[in-house]
Amino acid sequence: MKNLISMRDLSKEDIMRLMDTAAKIEKGEIVPNMQRKLAALLFFEPSTRTMFSFDTAMKRMNGDTIIMSGTGNTSAKKGETFADTLQTIAQYSDIIIMRSSIEGAARYAAEVVDLPVVNAGDGANQHPTQALLDLYSIIKTQGKLDNLKIGLAGDLRFGRTVHSLAQAMAIFGAEFKFISPSFLQMPQYIKDDLAEKDIKYEEFNDIEGNIDDLDILYVTRVQRERFADPEDYEKVKGSYVLNKKMLQNVKKYFKVLHPLPRVDEIHTDVDDTEFAYYFPQAKNGVYARQAIISILLEEV
Amino acid sequence: MSLVKTIKVNAIKNGTVIDHIAAGKVLKVIEILSLAGDNSVMIGMNLESNKLGRKDILKIENRELTKKEVNSIALIAPSATLIIINDFEVVNKSSLEIPEYIEEHIICPNPKCITNIEDIPSKYYIHKAGSVTARCVYCEKKYLVEDLKIKV
Repeated sequence: MKNLISMRDLSKEDIMRLMDTAAKIEKGEIVPNMQRKLAALLFFEPSTRTMFSFDTAMKRMNGDTIIMSGTGNTSAKKGETFADTLQTIAQYSDIIIMRSSIEGAARYAAEVVDLPVVNAGDGANQHPTQALLDLYSIIKTQGKLDNLKIGLAGDLRFGRTVHSLAQAMAIFGAEFKFISPSFLQMPQYIKDDLAEKDIKYEEFNDIEGNIDDLDILYVTRVQRERFADPEDYEKVKGSYVLNKKMLQNVKKYFKVLHPLPRVDEIHTDVDDTEFAYYFPQAKNGVYARQAIISILLEEV
Repeated sequence: MSLVKTIKVNAIKNGTVIDHIAAGKVLKVIEILSLAGDNSVMIGMNLESNKLGRKDILKIENRELTKKEVNSIALIAPSATLIIINDFEVVNKSSLEIPEYIEEHIICPNPKCITNIEDIPSKYYIHKAGSVTARCVYCEKKYLVEDLKIKV
């Protein structure tokens, strides 16, 4: 593995190696040493959580980071090409971790520079490190990745995390329930991918009544801004809010995941239940990202 | 070539014939090849064809197509036959083949794709199973080839 750009590029073996490495790092069985290694965190699109998670991952391994957030303080504003910006930063660092609103930006970066490149999100396309930390959370709570029943709820149209996760879980023969407003359904190209792999999926408009047979419910935010008419949002928003009452008949090891930040799509009364796993999930992100960086820099 | 067809679309002395273009697609082929220069061009549309039922045909005098042009045409007229004419004789005849990978010729319809923002060529993988589709290497969106804008 030279770069991490898209879940599409990863084999089942690659994913299991990452899972195994993350688990060993978490248990302290391996301690990658990134002393004198520098990660360039290029966040052309602002993000706090993903950026902090990578920053933490690097520093937990005794490595260091240089951080660029937004394009305000770069030469991009002066008309420098993206390729030149990347080639310059590549002179300073050992690995480039980047987020951009431009789709395909990380793939292009990997063509331009000789360093490993990690895609930390490119527009509505991919967010593979989030998918990998989600997989790590799933394997930790379910003991396996194969043949699980996964519900994805919320904005499935624009949410890159659910796209990457659906593709990743398809490799492991998952069955899906897609729960979203009609106009925020999973895009056809993702559904085509799943159909090609003979993966079963069903589509629903309500969380309630559709979660009792699931192993995992992955909730994302339905953003008010996506609705042309605010009244339409008010009409449907209740259908995508998970509360404690809905969890009465769920499976024993059922878990609720969320990429965070949460707004109001998971009621806080869920937080105290054994099913809430979104905060440990964020912590898993650090182990998953330590594993990704270590493998790409050949330190494990 | 049968007598009837010869009457419908005149023979050329030297140049290229693109035969067995699916009916209705010849104008798109012309658009791709930018045939507004000095070459004489003859077009036959909606002609009877044993192979296709109905077909279009294009004859371009004194021009041989580049590999790039052939690849682009293959995307929209995969059933076509390419015939090279020299002094009224057929010197080469080949079926077009859709390439599995194509650079530059497709304009990505996704405005957020990096190929529409930076000055870099598009790259597509072509999937031939069922309807012919193309997936952008960069933004990973998949499109029906017939819906794409092709350029040379």
